[in-house]
Amino acid sequence: MTAQTFRLPQGGRISREEALTFSFDGQEYTGFRGDTLASALLANGVHQIGTSVKLGRARGVFAAGSEEPNAVVQIEKPFPEPMLQATAVELYEGLAASSLPGRGRLADEPDPARYDAVHTHCDLLVVGAGPAGLAAAAAAARTGARVILADEQPELGGSLLGTGTLLDWAADVGAELDAAPEVRVLRRTTVFGHYDDNYVLAVERRTGHLGEKAPAHLSRERVWRIRARRVVLATGAHERSLAFGDNDRPGVMLAGAARTYVNRYGVLPGRRAVVFTTNDSAYAAALDLAAAGVEVAAVVDTRPEPGEAARVAAQAGIEVLRGYAVTGTTGEPHVTSVTAAALGEESTGRELAADLLLVSGGWNPVVHLYSQAGGKLRHDEALGSFVPDTCRQAVEVAGAAGGPASLPACLADGASAGTRAVEAEGFAIREPLQLPAAADSATSEPSSPAAQLWVVPGADPDRSFVDLQRDVTVADLARATGAGLRSVEHVKRYTTAGTAHDQGKTSGVLASGVVAHLLGVEVGELGTTTFRSPYAPVSFAALAGRDRGALHDPVRVTALHDWHIAHGAEFENVGQWKRPWYYPRDGEDMTAAVLRECRAAREGVALMDASTLGKIEVRGPDAGVFLDRLYTNMMSNLKVGRIRYGVMCGADGMVFDDGTVIRLAEDRYLTTTTTGNAAAVLEWMEEWLQTEWPELKVHCTSVTEQWATVALVGPRSRDVLGSLAPHLAVDNTDFPFMTWRDTEVAGIPARVCRISFSGELAYEINVLPWYATALWEALYEAGRPQGITPYGTETMHVLRAEKGYPIVGQDTDGTVTPQDLGMSWVVSKKKRDFVGKRSHARADASRPDRKHLVGLLPDDPGTLLPEGAHLVADAPLPEPPVPMLGHVTSSYRSAALGRTFALALVKGGRELIGDRLYAPVGGALVPVTVTSSVLYDPEGARRDG
Amino acid sequence: MLLIPCPWCGSRDEAEFHYGGQAHVPYPEDPASLDDTQWARYLFFRANPKGPLAERWCHTDGCRRWFNAVRNTATHDILAVYKPGEPRPVIA
Repeated sequence: MTAQTFRLPQGGRISREEALTFSFDGQEYTGFRGDTLASALLANGVHQIGTSVKLGRARGVFAAGSEEPNAVVQIEKPFPEPMLQATAVELYEGLAASSLPGRGRLADEPDPARYDAVHTHCDLLVVGAGPAGLAAAAAAARTGARVILADEQPELGGSLLGTGTLLDWAADVGAELDAAPEVRVLRRTTVFGHYDDNYVLAVERRTGHLGEKAPAHLSRERVWRIRARRVVLATGAHERSLAFGDNDRPGVMLAGAARTYVNRYGVLPGRRAVVFTTNDSAYAAALDLAAAGVEVAAVVDTRPEPGEAARVAAQAGIEVLRGYAVTGTTGEPHVTSVTAAALGEESTGRELAADLLLVSGGWNPVVHLYSQAGGKLRHDEALGSFVPDTCRQAVEVAGAAGGPASLPACLADGASAGTRAVEAEGFAIREPLQLPAAADSATSEPSSPAAQLWVVPGADPDRSFVDLQRDVTVADLARATGAGLRSVEHVKRYTTAGTAHDQGKTSGVLASGVVAHLLGVEVGELGTTTFRSPYAPVSFAALAGRDRGALHDPVRVTALHDWHIAHGAEFENVGQWKRPWYYPRDGEDMTAAVLRECRAAREGVALMDASTLGKIEVRGPDAGVFLDRLYTNMMSNLKVGRIRYGVMCGADGMVFDDGTVIRLAEDRYLTTTTTGNAAAVLEWMEEWLQTEWPELKVHCTSVTEQWATVALVGPRSRDVLGSLAPHLAVDNTDFPFMTWRDTEVAGIPARVCRISFSGELAYEINVLPWYATALWEALYEAGRPQGITPYGTETMHVLRAEKGYPIVGQDTDGTVTPQDLGMSWVVSKKKRDFVGKRSHARADASRPDRKHLVGLLPDDPGTLLPEGAHLVADAPLPEPPVPMLGHVTSSYRSAALGRTFALALVKGGRELIGDRLYAPVGGALVPVTVTSSVLYDPEGARRDG
Repeated sequence: MLLIPCPWCGSRDEAEFHYGGQAHVPYPEDPASLDDTQWARYLFFRANPKGPLAERWCHTDGCRRWFNAVRNTATHDILAVYKPGEPRPVIA
């Protein structure tokens, strides 16, 4: 363990009585509660945090907050997390981190922590708890308005924490806000997305900073989904980097960051510093560092006449090199010396020994959220950056986020923004906020204007880094403009500048400046790249929250689900439903089980849980008219007691759904839909009723879950049903195909329909779901002598495919008409109109090369074609492009046919029946013969038993 | 995420709604009397202005009712909501 040799004896916002042990790259260190991983490493003299992603160059701590581009680490314990910024990781006991070569490693174990989300509303959301944000929140809170104040730091104060000013005031305001009943202060909370109507997303890190001591019952992170009437963005400013030779060595650091390490963490980032600046703010850093005992070798100011701040520094004994720039650094890898040269002169420059180089290229207002909210930016010449202009949302900007502002101006700006926001929402100011007298030498005194220096003359462009995280240099940007790129968005994509997970917070404006310089245009003209959420990286675990595992999506099960489980069913997901797929017996694989189930349905008796079929009751005096308009065939002339199959099309004439329609009464129909399409069909019906035909007196009600449905299938099904339904005449004359009867089955009130989706004699028995198990068990018991067999969706698919019955969504894809399916018979010629009819008359609907549903028989009866396989005419394959004739939509092994078969959509397929086609599968061409889509019992002899 | 004022339920999150495309595109009185061009115009052509557009929305996860809204496609401001069958309000 090493001593904290760079820790100041006193000062800082750290708890020196609470020492924490942590490790980095296997080496143990100590730090204090209140440290970040970065400040604790610096206190121990560790500057190099990793290596860069492309060039493998040594990289150190560059910033002191979430704008950090360099110091990205892998957390190893307590739970592996990749790519966290050492400057944003709070130190805790037992923290183990390691350096990264620019990219991290995902954990290979499930995250045991909990994550959750909160939805909330407020009158005013204030983002950022620096001087402006605190003043805004405090002023607004005094009106009784509902205020949320969110800040990413564990402690309120923002930039005050780094400058060490007004900290008592910040603490007092924090206490006042914490005590206010309508105010919520969210610490450790990063607002990362700002959307329409002031919908704002934030992530709160609740227990990560406790390490192993994090209570398991608390969520580790929480996503706040906030709908705010008004938003004040007091997000402050990020310091801008400067591009010069070898500006990426450990020991090169933003001036404001160095000031923060001294004042907030009591850490010296070096012993002997050079300060390179274009503006006054770095002088405050120089003075603070000097006061803490750092030897300041020189301030290198690009301005020939820097003004008052330089005079003060000189008075304090710091040499100021006026009109100079740093052109390069040396050191392996840590900075040991800095070369400064006079601008505009040919000179070798001066070499200054230093282990710390502070840079300040000016300040960029943090406009990310403002821009996400739809705010427009304008370029501020004096600031050399982009500032908020106008926003279409109820959003205001306060403090340094709006441009350069002294501390008193930030406070006043914040207070008035907060007041304005809640007054606009009807709250009255009762007690105005007293603002503290602020004295910050660097920000309150008249300052001389900043200069802009995008490309340092004499610096090596190949080693002048613009985007540290992406290893993008001035030379890379020059290559982009040299290749003819003129837009900063294109340059970004060409060079990847600004695309790393820091999103170029310290480098984006610099990149725009360099590109503008290279193109010889104004930065304002060139503009900036788009700011997108998330503002800072957010873990997928936090975004997923509780919606993972079993809670990811609702699971729907039928009333018979327990029986299926007890009888060994394998399940298939159909939409949200769990449906039995097949019921394997001892040692059976799926193929064997399905062949057995198919044989039972074709030769004996079998039963299936069909409860998931969508069921919609359509009721009202105009129900018949309504269904006539939606189905391709006639429904109004269906007699009570009878059933008809129907197809619905979209207005484009393409098949949308199919199912049966049962006429229950003069004004009552029960329609069934495809399992996965039930909600869509109900919405479709409602849409037409509400928007086009409000005059129709019709109500549609989903009754899917009000009925359990059991399909009893096979030549022996009549015997089984007859034995349980003494009041039902089951013979074909009294109970013909496509009719229904109300009766009792096994003593249970039931609606029995003669519907067949297999081509066999079959019944669909509908009962209240409470009786489903009793019915099923009675049928199972009664059918035992006939060897009754439960079957699942796979067998259902095989049976229907043998008969050429298409499944909407499997054998169709939204480009298929009923005529394409060979179902012209279901399309009424008599009706004046129905949805889709006009489209069937388009020339396109009768193209001879439309894809038709046909059957395919592989020449080898054992070859199972993969679904989705393409079909071509010739073997061997001609030179590409090879004309594609269609594709396989369904493919199965058939017990009844004793071979494999498939359904396919094939161009002009009905004209190709009997022809040979080929399916390219895994490098081979599988020969197949085109057949009718109906391969089993084409004359329909079996449906009546 | 927009805050959409359902005329029946009040303001609700956009996630509760289903978008229904341009409003006031009525199903033709007699589709059979339209030539292919006219039918294609009904079927496939929709306005795509930068600015106010009258469009249909359904409060799918709420009252399940359809309504119309005039929305500025450039700013997402919802300028008016009204019930099906009502005329499009005049937006100043």
